[in-house]
Amino acid sequence: MNTVKQPTAVSGKPKVNVAQWLFEQKALIALLVLIVIVSFLNDNFFTTHNLLNILRQTSVNAVIAVGMTLVILTAGIDLSVGSILALCGALAASMVAAELPLVVTICGTLLAGCAMGMFSGVLVAKGKVQPFIATLVAMTALRGLTMVYTDGRPISTGFTDAGDAFAYLGTGYLFGIPFPVWLMVFAFAGAWYLLNHTRLGRYIYAVGGNEEATRLSGINVDRVKIAVYGISGLMSGLAGLIVTSRLSSAQPTAGAAYELDAIAAVVVGGTSLAGGRGWIIGTLIGALIIGFLNNALNLLDVSSYYQMIAKAAVILLAVLADRRSK
Amino acid sequence: MSQAILQMQGVSKTFPGVKALDQATLNVYPGEVMALLGENGAGKSTLMKVLTGIYHADSGSIHYFGSPMTFAGPRDSMEQGISIIHQELNLIEELSIAENIFLGRELCAKGGRIDWPAMYREADKLLAHLKVGRSSREQIKALSLGEKQMVEIAKALSFEAKVIIMDEPTDALTLQETESLFKVINELREQGRGIVYISHRLSEIFQICDKLTVLRDGEFIAEREVAEMDEDAVIELMVGRRLDEYYPTVEASQGRVSLKVDKLSGPGVNKVSFELHEGEILGFSGLMGAGRSELMRLLFGDTRKTAGSVSLYGETLNLNHPSQGIAAGISYISEDRKGDGLVLGMSVKTNMSLSALAALSHVGGHIKRGEEAKQVARFIDAFNIKTPSEEQIIGNLSGGNQQKVAIAKGLMTEPKVLILDEPTRGVDVGAKKEIYELINQFKQRGMSILLISSDMPEVLGMSDRILVMHEGQISGEFDVAEATQEGLLAAAVGRNE
Ligand SMILES: Nc1ncnc2c1ncn2[C@@H]1O[C@H](COP(=O)(O)OP(=O)(O)OP(=O)(O)O)[C@@H](O)[C@H]1O
Ligand SMILES: [Mg+2]
Repeated sequence: MNTVKQPTAVSGKPKVNVAQWLFEQKALIALLVLIVIVSFLNDNFFTTHNLLNILRQTSVNAVIAVGMTLVILTAGIDLSVGSILALCGALAASMVAAELPLVVTICGTLLAGCAMGMFSGVLVAKGKVQPFIATLVAMTALRGLTMVYTDGRPISTGFTDAGDAFAYLGTGYLFGIPFPVWLMVFAFAGAWYLLNHTRLGRYIYAVGGNEEATRLSGINVDRVKIAVYGISGLMSGLAGLIVTSRLSSAQPTAGAAYELDAIAAVVVGGTSLAGGRGWIIGTLIGALIIGFLNNALNLLDVSSYYQMIAKAAVILLAVLADRRSK
Repeated sequence: MSQAILQMQGVSKTFPGVKALDQATLNVYPGEVMALLGENGAGKSTLMKVLTGIYHADSGSIHYFGSPMTFAGPRDSMEQGISIIHQELNLIEELSIAENIFLGRELCAKGGRIDWPAMYREADKLLAHLKVGRSSREQIKALSLGEKQMVEIAKALSFEAKVIIMDEPTDALTLQETESLFKVINELREQGRGIVYISHRLSEIFQICDKLTVLRDGEFIAEREVAEMDEDAVIELMVGRRLDEYYPTVEASQGRVSLKVDKLSGPGVNKVSFELHEGEILGFSGLMGAGRSELMRLLFGDTRKTAGSVSLYGETLNLNHPSQGIAAGISYISEDRKGDGLVLGMSVKTNMSLSALAALSHVGGHIKRGEEAKQVARFIDAFNIKTPSEEQIIGNLSGGNQQKVAIAKGLMTEPKVLILDEPTRGVDVGAKKEIYELINQFKQRGMSILLISSDMPEVLGMSDRILVMHEGQISGEFDVAEATQEGLLAAAVGRNE
């Protein structure tokens, strides 16, 4: 023996132990337990109709949470999502009312959302403003802009062919599944691909883990940050399209406090607010937990006051369970 | 021979996929410095973490002053008189030196109010003792790496401990700082304290230690008197075979001028000019703070020049960002792997490929995972990196293995100019030699290499030519054939003969 011995590998390549893996997914277990318990308590819960309903209701928060996950992975936070949702919704509603082609409305709205997000991104990256402050500024300014633009009144999408076509986004079904659910699945699939298979995804984790090391590795950290806030804005724009389409009108107050549910979904899903650690599927599970819980509490006739407390308790439990396993 | 104050026997510890300690044994004697030696990943730091209760051993015993003992945690071991300077710095950047030293046990006046004057006074005393020219009111983030290390040492000394553990304390220290540390160690020895000293610098072992314990792959190999040993014998115990020729110099035909630097000035750098050739290793010597790292950051595009010019193969470079440096073919490997060299929470693989990802992905940004895995595996193999898999979180690797990953990261971009800033800091002798051989391979292939090192024998052994810096300027140039340690030192302090 002349070479240096390798450390004795106890199990070689770590084997994927399914049972153990499942056990570590505290959020997933919580979700399953929740579903089982409520199914026993209420017969109307575990029905196709209700489940699809829950998925549809969850889709808006889930789509926003996708963008929020990316931002939080870079150790940032995005408070402006609700305001972007509202302004994008208003823009979309007026475009539909003006009977622009649907493609133009959708692309225009998404681009607008992306641009609004990038504005915060530039503040954070180039202006060195803390994410909390930068997006707080954006949140306030954009809500104000929405009020100015709508004059504080809802904008109807109108009873035209364009209005009907637009309504499909939020109310239509594809293969028996609500269209917003498809959008949600699409958003998660895209984010999963981004995080696991692309350069930008790697950079997002790296920036959150150690920004300085990432910069010295030759990565343009500013661009990564602008990109994540841009994507978060885009997702909020998409959420704005869904909400506006579903109601056939844009409410100037839409999306208020949505950032909190989105952050909750991300955190319940196991992503660290300190950045650099987390996964997108966790966020989906987190969003579903919150969605299922809301629905279950409604079905069980729990008053909305208690609902808030229950929701807080679930978030706390999820986060504590996650702490424990670290 | 006096009785050991501390005896660790048959200590074993397994991490997922790694047997870090396998029946390790260590004795600490009063009034003696015990060197703890072993290759990277041999388990030295882990053994110390078991001792101080950070990790719990799977088996084994600890006897402290003759009675069996297990420490519940760092706090507990500290209160029992065991104090440790960790290999990784554990300071809070935003707090002052004094606050860091007395963190969690602030000196209080009556009524629980913090007694700031007393705290600053005590901290200043410790700093003065270690000859650190700083006020204890200063924030940690204003300090150099070496000074931060000295604060860690001051903190460990402030406990009046009976056993003091130093895990690679001189890694980031200047010569003077090392000297003042050694003076303090000698004082501690005279006071009858037991000291555990971990280092990869064998010369230090012979300078300051009385006994040595060697671990290999987590196993206890031997305990010896330092006086009975020589370097070769120690190395043989550590790696289990003889190593010949530390600095395997190779002749490479020097080619064209690759990098040409002309009167370059910038933050911390003043009118520096030099030329670098293909197939050349240009060493940079000097004291810490002489502006060597600053010069490298300037060349790499991390800071901006204020005057002068840099050209690479005749093409003028105006770099504004490290990404442009890498794109131009200049790779920089930082001296501070934990601070700004690696993303400690990410895997070995993702750290290693971080810089080269642009080349390892399709135009749209889709990563060619197969290609990436192949490259990473190749480097893990070539560098003999000890890790259970490429998916291991890099923070779990031993210091030396982390360093190898950092170097591999720079090499993966296939740079034309490779800047190595203290590349073998914290790396064991065997691995050092492997790294030198790799550097030589790249040199033979025509890469131009800038090597910054505070380790004199290393600069002298590896370089073809050596530049010495002093206060941001080049204060001496030596052909390696005529360079001596004394000559380099004289130039480093600005004395020109
Ligand atoms: N928290 C951890 N999780 C998993 N593996 C670990 C952990 N800590 C250490 N190891 C592994 O245990 C082994 C011993 O590591 P240790 O840090 O004790 O080495 P060392 O002798 O101090 O090396 P160095 O000289 O490089 O500092 C290494 O293979 C390392 O990768
Ligand atoms: Mg160590």
